Amino acid sequence: MISSFILRALEGRIVVTVCIILAVALLVPASNLLLSPDNALHIPTYVMSLMGKYLCYALLALALDLVWGYCGILSLGHGAFFALGGYAMGMYLMRQIGSRGVYGDPVLPDFMVFLNWKQLPWFWHGFDMFWFACAMVLVVPGLLAFVFGWFAFRSRVNGVYLSIITQAMTYALMLAFFRNDMGFGGNNGLTDYKDILGFSVQADGTRAVLFSLSAIMLSLCLVLASAITRSKFGKVLVGVRDAESRVRFLGFRVENIKLFTFVTSAMMAGIAGALFVPQVGIINPGEFAPANSIEVVVWTAVGGRGTLIGPIIGAVLVNGGKSFFTGAFPEFWLYALGALFIFVTLFMPKGIVGTVQAALANRKAVKAAARAQAQNNDTPSTQIQAAE
Amino acid sequence: MEIKDSKPKSLLYLDGVSVSFDGFRALNSLSFVVEPGELRAIIGPNGAGKTTMMDIITGKTRPDSGTVLFEEKVDLTKRDEADIAQLGIGRKFQKPTVFESHTVWDNLELALNRKRGVFSTLFYRLSGEDRDRIEEILGTIRLTHRRDELAANLSHGQKQWLEIGMLLAQEPKLLLVDEPVAGMTDAETAETAILLREIAKSRSVVVVEHDMGFIRDLGVKVTCLAEGSVLAEGSIDFVSNDPKVIENYLGR
Repeated sequence: MISSFILRALEGRIVVTVCIILAVALLVPASNLLLSPDNALHIPTYVMSLMGKYLCYALLALALDLVWGYCGILSLGHGAFFALGGYAMGMYLMRQIGSRGVYGDPVLPDFMVFLNWKQLPWFWHGFDMFWFACAMVLVVPGLLAFVFGWFAFRSRVNGVYLSIITQAMTYALMLAFFRNDMGFGGNNGLTDYKDILGFSVQADGTRAVLFSLSAIMLSLCLVLASAITRSKFGKVLVGVRDAESRVRFLGFRVENIKLFTFVTSAMMAGIAGALFVPQVGIINPGEFAPANSIEVVVWTAVGGRGTLIGPIIGAVLVNGGKSFFTGAFPEFWLYALGALFIFVTLFMPKGIVGTVQAALANRKAVKAAARAQAQNNDTPSTQIQAAE
Repeated sequence: MEIKDSKPKSLLYLDGVSVSFDGFRALNSLSFVVEPGELRAIIGPNGAGKTTMMDIITGKTRPDSGTVLFEEKVDLTKRDEADIAQLGIGRKFQKPTVFESHTVWDNLELALNRKRGVFSTLFYRLSGEDRDRIEEILGTIRLTHRRDELAANLSHGQKQWLEIGMLLAQEPKLLLVDEPVAGMTDAETAETAILLREIAKSRSVVVVEHDMGFIRDLGVKVTCLAEGSVLAEGSIDFVSNDPKVIENYLGR
C-alpha cells in the first residue's frame, strides 16, 4: 500500500529533479571541504550557506504549492509556519549555549537574564533535547495550521477572505513575538548560537552537513508531495480547487481534505524554517512579516504553481536574483521584484515550468496531428479515429 | 390501515417546507412525495423555488420549518452535503460542473462510490471491478471514445452527460437533475431524454426543466411550482390545461 503510494510519485521529471538536488547535496559540500580555496571550483562556505538558505526557501515554496497550486488555498501566511519551525530550532540552539553566554547563566539564555527573569518559562522546557525540538518543529506549525484550518474550513471561509485572515495570522504572530515578555527574545530574536548536537555551527563541516540535509529534506518532501498529488487524493484536491461544490456533492468532506493538506504543508514549512535557522544563525520576529509570506507566493507563481518543481526553481531563481541585485544595485531590488511579478502575471500566468510544459504539449500535439495527417493519406479510416 | 394508505411508501418526502431569504419567501409550505423508482419532472416560472428546493434536499440550505425525509426515516435537514451524497442523493447542477483539468476517466474515477476519507483516497488503487464499472458508465454516457481527453475539451452537451455519468458512478438512489438540456442542440436533447429514461429504470430521478417539449418526450408525472409551493400535479396534459398553471407560467 505504502510502496505503491511512493512508487506512483516517481514520475520522470520528479526523479530527474530529485537526482539533481541530491547531486547538489553531494557536490557542493565536497567542493567546499575537499578542494583548496585556490581551486577555481572551490565553493566558499558563505556561498554554500547562501545556497542552503535557497534550498530552505525552495522547500517553503514547495509547501505553499501543495495548498495553493493543488488545493486552491492562497495562503498569505506561510511565513508564519516557517518562522515557528525556525523558532523551535532556535530555542534548541539557545539552550545549547549554556554558560557560554555573555552573562554565563547555565540555564537561562542571555535575554532572559537581561530581563531579570529568575527561571525558565514553562514552554522553554524540553528544548535542551534535540529530538524534542525536532518534534516541535513539526508539532507547533502543524497544530497552529490544524486549529486555524479547523475553524476556517469548517465555516467555509474561501478565496480572498481566507488569504486575508492568513495574512492577519502571521501579522498577529509578528506583533506577539516582538514583545519581550512573550519570552522569545523580542525584537532581537534568538541568535549567537554556539553548537548543534555538539558540533560548532560555524565550522565548515557542520555547514556542509546542514546544506546536505536541506537538500535531502527538499527531495524527500518533493517525493512526498508528488505521491500525494498523484494519488486519488491529489485528484480530489484539484477538484476542490476547480469545482469545490461538485466535490462536496460527490460526498467528500472538503473541510477534512483541506485540513489534511494545510497541516501537511505547514509541517513542511516548519522543517524548512528549522533548517534555515542554523544556517543563517538568527531567527527574529521579522520572519513573520507579511511581506515575507507574499514573497513566497511570488516565487511559487514565477516557477509555476501546481507543478511542484516550478516553486523550487522559482525560489532559487528569485532569491539568486535578490542576492545579486541587493549586492549590485541595492536600491533597485524591490522594483525588480515588483516588475518580475507583473511580468509573470501578465505574460506567463503558468510560470516558468507551466509555460515550458504547455509549449512541449503543444509541440507534441502538432507532431501527432502531422502523423495523423500522414497516415490519413494511406488509410482514410484511421483519420476518423485520430480526429476523435 | 387508512393512515398508511394516505402516506404511500416514499423515497423522498417533503412536508410544509418553508424558507425565507432576507424576507423573501423562496419556499412557502412546499409538500410533495417522490416514490421509489419514479421519474418526476418539475416545472415552474423563474423564482418558483425549484433550485431552492434542490438546495434543501441536498443540504446546502436549511429550511426555516417543515419536514424533509429520505426513505421515510432520515431527516435530511440535519445532514450536510457530504452526508446526503453518501446516503445516495446525487445532484446535477444547472451549469455543467465537471473537473475540467481532469480527464473524462478521472472525473468518473473520483465520482465512484468508494470510501472517501483522506487516507482511503491517498492509498487508493484502481481495482479491476472499478475499471469495469467506469467502462460501463462511459458506454452509457456515450463518451468511451473521449475517455483520455480533458473534460475541458468536451462540448457543452458532452459535459452535461459526463456530469450525469459522475452521478451514476455515485450510485445514488435519487438523482436530482437541474435543467439538463439547457443549451443543448435538438439532437442532444432527444438523446438526453433517452439517457434519463434509461437511468430512471434503476433509480428515482427528479428533473427540473423549462423545456416543455423535453418534458413531453419524457412522458412522466409533472409537478408545477409557483411562488414556493405546488400549483398542480399530474400528467403533462392535465397540468398544462390547469387554469392556474396557464395564468402563472405557461400564459406568460
